[in-house]
Amino acid sequence: MSTTLNTEPGTPEHTRLATGEDIGAWETIRRGIRHSPELVEGVGWTLTLAVLASVGQVVVPIAVQQTVDKGLRGSGGPDPTFTTWLALASAVAIVVTSWASYAMTARLFSSAERGLATLRVKAFRHVHDLPLLTQNTERRGALVSRVTSDVDQVSQFLVFGGLIFVVSIGQMLIATVVMVFYSWQLALVVWICFAPLFLSLRYFQRKLAAAYGTVRRQVGVLLSAVSEPVVGAAVVKSYAIEARTQERIDTAIDTHKTASTRAQGFTAFSFSLGGISAGIANAGVLIVGIWLGQGFAWGEGITAGEVLAFAFLVTLFVGPVQMGTQILTDAQNAIAGWRRVIGILDTPADLLDPGPDGQSLPKGAIDVRFDGVSFAYPGGPAVLSDIDLEIPAGQRVAVVGETGSGKSTIAKLLTRLMDPGRGRVLLDGIDLREIAEGALRRSVVLVPQEGFLFDDTLAANVRYGRLGATEAEISEAARTIGLGDWLAGLPEGVETRVGQRGEALSTGERQLVALLRAQLADPDLLVLDEATSAVDPELETRIGRALERLMSGRTSVTIAHRLSTAEAADVVVVVDRGRIVQHGPHDELVRQADTPYARLHASWVAQHGR
Amino acid sequence: MSAGTGTTSAGFGVLWVAIKREPWIFAVSTVGSVLFGALTVADAWVLGWSTDHVVIPAFRDGEIGAGLLWAVLGLFVGVAILRAVGIVARRLGAGVMQYRMQAHSRRAVTRQYLRLPMAWHQKHPTGELLSNANADVEAAWGPIAPLPMAVGTVAMMVIAVVQMLVTDLALAAVGLLVFPLVIVVNIVYQRLAQGWATRAQELRAELSEIAHESFDGALVVKTLGREPEETRRFRAKAEELREANIRVGRIRAAFDPALAALPSLAVLVVLVVGVHRVVSGATVAGDVVTVSYLLTVVAFPIRSIGWLLGDFPRSVVGYRRVAAVLAATGAMEYGDRPLPTRAGGARLEVDGAAFGYVAGRPLLREVSFDVAPARTVALVGATASGKSTLVGLLARLVDVDAGAIRIDGIDLREVHRGGLAETLAVVPQTAFLFDDTVRGNVTLGRRVGATDTTDDEVWAALRTAQADGFVAALPAGLDTRLGERGTSLSGGQRQRLALARALVRRPRLLVLDDATSAVDPEVEARILAGLGAEDTTLVVVAYRKATIGLADEVLYLVDGRIADRGPHDELVARNADYARLVNAYETEHENDVVEVAP
Repeated sequence: MSTTLNTEPGTPEHTRLATGEDIGAWETIRRGIRHSPELVEGVGWTLTLAVLASVGQVVVPIAVQQTVDKGLRGSGGPDPTFTTWLALASAVAIVVTSWASYAMTARLFSSAERGLATLRVKAFRHVHDLPLLTQNTERRGALVSRVTSDVDQVSQFLVFGGLIFVVSIGQMLIATVVMVFYSWQLALVVWICFAPLFLSLRYFQRKLAAAYGTVRRQVGVLLSAVSEPVVGAAVVKSYAIEARTQERIDTAIDTHKTASTRAQGFTAFSFSLGGISAGIANAGVLIVGIWLGQGFAWGEGITAGEVLAFAFLVTLFVGPVQMGTQILTDAQNAIAGWRRVIGILDTPADLLDPGPDGQSLPKGAIDVRFDGVSFAYPGGPAVLSDIDLEIPAGQRVAVVGETGSGKSTIAKLLTRLMDPGRGRVLLDGIDLREIAEGALRRSVVLVPQEGFLFDDTLAANVRYGRLGATEAEISEAARTIGLGDWLAGLPEGVETRVGQRGEALSTGERQLVALLRAQLADPDLLVLDEATSAVDPELETRIGRALERLMSGRTSVTIAHRLSTAEAADVVVVVDRGRIVQHGPHDELVRQADTPYARLHASWVAQHGR
Repeated sequence: MSAGTGTTSAGFGVLWVAIKREPWIFAVSTVGSVLFGALTVADAWVLGWSTDHVVIPAFRDGEIGAGLLWAVLGLFVGVAILRAVGIVARRLGAGVMQYRMQAHSRRAVTRQYLRLPMAWHQKHPTGELLSNANADVEAAWGPIAPLPMAVGTVAMMVIAVVQMLVTDLALAAVGLLVFPLVIVVNIVYQRLAQGWATRAQELRAELSEIAHESFDGALVVKTLGREPEETRRFRAKAEELREANIRVGRIRAAFDPALAALPSLAVLVVLVVGVHRVVSGATVAGDVVTVSYLLTVVAFPIRSIGWLLGDFPRSVVGYRRVAAVLAATGAMEYGDRPLPTRAGGARLEVDGAAFGYVAGRPLLREVSFDVAPARTVALVGATASGKSTLVGLLARLVDVDAGAIRIDGIDLREVHRGGLAETLAVVPQTAFLFDDTVRGNVTLGRRVGATDTTDDEVWAALRTAQADGFVAALPAGLDTRLGERGTSLSGGQRQRLALARALVRRPRLLVLDDATSAVDPEVEARILAGLGAEDTTLVVVAYRKATIGLADEVLYLVDGRIADRGPHDELVARNADYARLVNAYETEHENDVVEVAP
């Protein structure tokens, strides 16, 4: 169930989140780093360590070459002493480079995770700062994934794909340097053997990305098909559609299997190519090496050990080629995820808070004035036009009207969830836009249709109304609005856990918690969006009593859906197609025949059999 | 380590199930893997052979036969191509085997879900059942992915060790030491890293939970100005996750270089020992090169054995959960009698019905009532009075413990499978929508004789349910996709679609379980008026007086018994409790009048 104020249908695209799609890859990285400066802290030292770590990869090939050329085939015959010293030196090099590898990886993890945690928190905060309209338009899951899986994707890449990428580049660079040192011709041979593969990486990666895209879509289809006999068990059974459901599931399972197999085929094939290249490179090196050694070409000398060292160096190219497509895919996903997170930060935040320069409101019931207020959603028709309304301090107002008349918009403007397009909303004579956000939230409280509850104790939930309220204060507030016995009757009192979204409580009890929360907040202007959902009638009475006490001594504006609320109010404001068409006490309005209020009243009476 | 050993053997047990089920694919992938392993070793042999027979003679003698060069080319390229074939067979085979096993399990699990009775479903949380069919299935067959590689690696290791033993005993000893060391270190690594990785995964879920909840409550957070506190709550969890991830990174940072360094150090030892042995004439240069190369190429794949064993704990847990679902017994028994198909409403008789999920705690006791064809009965009662339980009995989602429920004189338990759904339709309070079009959601694939439900019939049902307006306004009308990945509808719209789903079947008995609670009262009035015009027998669970007022008779349920029955007006007049329950709106209003004075 939605816990938001009703969003008018046909919400235009203007209110959507920025997707970041128009940001280029480098621009994404540049801005990503600006948002998470931790990513590049000490990056120079990390890269130095990476280079040092890469050197470790060529220690063994060089040791083998030196052993073959000098230890085994030296001018004075095999030389064990030289080999021993060589091995010791190499061992030291391996230990040192291993340490460098450890330090580099640990540093990379640490800076990546620190940077991304910062980004996550920033994006989370920004979601709360987004306009209500944007929050309502976006699917909840989409917003959540911006601060969870999208960030995880970036993190995955940085510490896995990115790490492999850095190591691979370093490894190939060092291998090439050593190769060129031995023989630039053989180095060329190796590169010629591997170049086609490197060049085709993008092609394979695109193929793979498409194949795995299909797999992901099929996973979605599969998950939803599998959920049908579980979540929809009662429907499936009572409508006896087991066969049809099974058919849908089987189809989804088969399609998913086929798509996965296809993707796996591509992966296996592209992975296998690295080994073939290595085989060709090895053969090429040996043949060309022998040629060179015999002075056939360019007449340059090369030793047997050097030729053999190449066989070891070539293996350093295989890994990067095999992992290449994976790295590219990870990189693409990471950039896409990063873009989406940056997109959130790029979406303009809510209404401007005047901050410390803003005015504050004196304590005590507030008088409210709408002064020529009009409102329209971006690109939409007018929702409210030329609203003029005065509510004296302490008055109890009920706003009524049909669905879509604009009555909810009045509540949103009054609580500054949105600013009017034209005109002003004044509290105690001060334009809402000039009141500091903090002061406004202290003085004006909205109780939405369904008071949303967090999966915590009742006390923690009502403390959203007043931070640090003591248990005594909570009990006192409950007594004030006539909920003392109800609270005492709960198994664990204020420490009762309310469950996810308050599910451990009934709908009516959730409303009671929302009212208690509002009482603790102790506002001077109370804006209520009356609940429409049916509640156990006994609780209904209790809610009515609590509301009554909550409103006493405060200015209140209720978006009413019930006759009794309108009747009980000091003044009823009737909204029809964005305009105030009637205004006055119930008794007066109900006598005006053939008016919108008379019609609403008639339909209510018909509904509830009065 | 007894638990560890138990897991290992249980893990092999799970794999054995898969091997028995898909022996051919397992054979293909294993042969591919062994081929790969053998050829990797062969590669080293080719290199050693080339060193002794081609490279060294060529450099020594300054000339070499073209035939030998061709042999070098052929050997290297041939081995490489065969090895590539091995890789494809191994990886693709492992994938196919894994996907097939997943598909087998998913089919079996979902068949169980469809077969098992509602009582079983109600005992298992939704989330658990969903993860049995998804995450648990994937976990169970996870080790299939590294299986062929591990089998091939074992083969490769055996070949390599044999070859090393044949080549040179002393050099081989080095290899024999280093291979087991790599395996042990890798297993320690897997176990350590997995603990933290699991923790990180849990934290990720918790973080997502916080974000979800916080965004859901955005209105409360915004209007009470609680953004800083919410951010603090999120940050604390994000930082916990960060620390867990960094911990995973540290473990990886330490073990990866260590695992890479082990074979490298072994090669150095081989070189030193090798040179000494060449000096003493015990071996030749080519053998030293071969053993060195073998150590380098075999060391990495050895880690796959660690991956395999590391996957076992998750696999065993997943497999046991899936097996538990498959082992569940019990199913609803059906008779073979049809229900009459004549036009007009059905007669419903509930005769001494009793029911409880737990023995000794009945939810319904001695409930008896009759509903004549085309009449309407309202079930009224406080929360937990047994209304929804009774609805479940009528739809035969569960069977009565005692007594009987009959439609047109036939006991529901004697009706053939699917027969009840042709006569009775239930609309629950929470409407479940399928991941399908509007049309599919209304018809549910229903056919009348040989023809599908026509669009005219669908529109007619939508009209009665007051859903035609918003469906017509949807982007693709009846073809608009709904559900999780489709257009989302409001609660009231979902309820109206669920109602249309029932109406399109032209049920002779319609049961509404508070099915219009989220619908606007004015719209609800139009729906009820439309329903009243049909000659269907109607059983409604209701709170609103307008709905109750529609009924010919009201059954007032208290603690699983019918406490009173009769027309609404009579009940209000003679039963104070009933009056208090349904007149709460008026009661509330009177309070208002008393307290409204300023």
